[in-house]
Amino acid sequence: MSSTILPLNYFFILLGLTLTIISLMSFRDKGNPRRIATGSFWALYAVVFLIGDLIPPLFAGIIVVAMALIAGLGGVSLGKYHQFTAKERHDSAVKLGNRLLYPALIIPFTTMIGSVVFQKTKIGGMFLLDQKNFTLVSLGIGCIIALIVACRFTGSTPVQAMREARRLIDSMGWAVVLPHMLAVLGLLFMDAGVGKAVANVTTTYIPMDFKLVAVAVFCLGMTIFTMIMGNAFAAFPVMAGGVGVPILMGVFHGNPAIVAAIGMFSGYCGTLMTPMAANFNIVPAALLELPDKNGVIKVQIMTALPLLVVNIALMYFLMNAF
Amino acid sequence: MQGAVNLWPLIGVAVIIAGFILRQNPVMVVIIAAVVTGLTAAMPIDKILISLGTGFIKTRNLPLILLLPLGVIGLLERYGLKEQAQLIIAKIKSATAGRLLMVYLFVREITAGLGLVSLGGHPQMVRPLIAPMAEGATENRYGSIPEKLLHKIRAMAAATDNVGLFFGEDIFVAFGAIVLMQTILRGYSIEVNPLHMALWGIPTAISAFTIHAFRLRRLDVEIERELGLQKTTEAVVTEAFTGEKA
Repeated sequence: MSSTILPLNYFFILLGLTLTIISLMSFRDKGNPRRIATGSFWALYAVVFLIGDLIPPLFAGIIVVAMALIAGLGGVSLGKYHQFTAKERHDSAVKLGNRLLYPALIIPFTTMIGSVVFQKTKIGGMFLLDQKNFTLVSLGIGCIIALIVACRFTGSTPVQAMREARRLIDSMGWAVVLPHMLAVLGLLFMDAGVGKAVANVTTTYIPMDFKLVAVAVFCLGMTIFTMIMGNAFAAFPVMAGGVGVPILMGVFHGNPAIVAAIGMFSGYCGTLMTPMAANFNIVPAALLELPDKNGVIKVQIMTALPLLVVNIALMYFLMNAF
Repeated sequence: MQGAVNLWPLIGVAVIIAGFILRQNPVMVVIIAAVVTGLTAAMPIDKILISLGTGFIKTRNLPLILLLPLGVIGLLERYGLKEQAQLIIAKIKSATAGRLLMVYLFVREITAGLGLVSLGGHPQMVRPLIAPMAEGATENRYGSIPEKLLHKIRAMAAATDNVGLFFGEDIFVAFGAIVLMQTILRGYSIEVNPLHMALWGIPTAISAFTIHAFRLRRLDVEIERELGLQKTTEAVVTEAFTGEKA
């Protein structure tokens, strides 16, 4: 039925199968003290990718809650992974040299070439790439090519790649699903009218007769709102409707392009400072095996705060100058 | 009721803040906040579950970018990818963690500004290449790195990817944020040229680069202060020791 040769669904199924294998490996891993809970967690996530669009939404909701309970009760745990020793890895690096690097670089380059060059390519009247998700599909293809090349260079197998995927996914644990769960919360926040409530509180209690106060409220509002929602895109409509359009553009006649652009960037300062933007802040901390899950946020605060002040100043001085 | 805004959903926000401050498991906190928010918006429990499930399925594309590369990256790590990244950086004598990350910040911000946002990222670039290189550059100069500083260098590597991406991509005209802003403002009958919005992102983009580059310089200073001293002390101690022995 699809009008695409490579729909995104193929990669959902690929990921679902990978998670199924990871789950089976976890069940059988005697070195994992919580192997049943860990295996169940990844099995539930596998179901979401394999048949997520076929199961009733109520059932999917129950899966979400079950996964949250397993994660919250500490059920996602580390196993045994039979890694090479540091010396073996060093010797292998010396032997293989830059051939280790090429597969890693294939992923970003295939993603880039796929989404820039082959975005609109058609074969036999059908688009090659899923038109809504061409970047992700390109990334998926890049990963498959990279895997083939990596197996050739190292003489290893895709099964070993599955084992290594399990090692990395376990090292991140519940952080893997946090961005996904936060996206769901964001949708629910919107349905429940959290945005309207926040805008109402900000605009009702702060007098905005002075331009500097109004600019600061708009920029700080973007930052704080982004920190709450984890996403500047969710903050912009609310703050633009509450302060940006009626006050900065309406009362103070600010240039809309300047107000919008710098306002959005003030939101990004918030993204740097919140655990709610988990895929940028919490997941990297887990990926880099930092003991403090807020380690990345902590080093970003001193970039974000000065930049926020600069943004307020830039908007204040520029918005009526052009 | 008309005109009045329902403030009860803010309790969901309060749950999130409390949960993070009390350092509860974030996944659990998020689900509790979702249920509480639903209840304050007068949704029955089965409707909350349905809305959670629908949202979860609808956003399935989100984890792909993180999870798909893990197999290859893990396999390459097994065969020494991180070690190779460190061997490469060892050949560049002038490399320091701060300088290396400054170069990465520059490249990341420029390529993101040209719309090439996928030329980076935490699972594909930072974990296997950028962070090990920053660590390697430091090790080459000073020897072993104390745990706390090592974690700071890694965190800075991740932060550099974020700063470069965020403040680069918004000056790309076709980027989602610009389309979003245009659509929202059009709703208020304000027509804005996307090119102008991209253009007015540039002052902030330059400031972001300057501020973060300065912080990376400070990182080098901090590393030098902590490890440079340790190295000299070690040298002095060794000298004294061998001198005594001789």
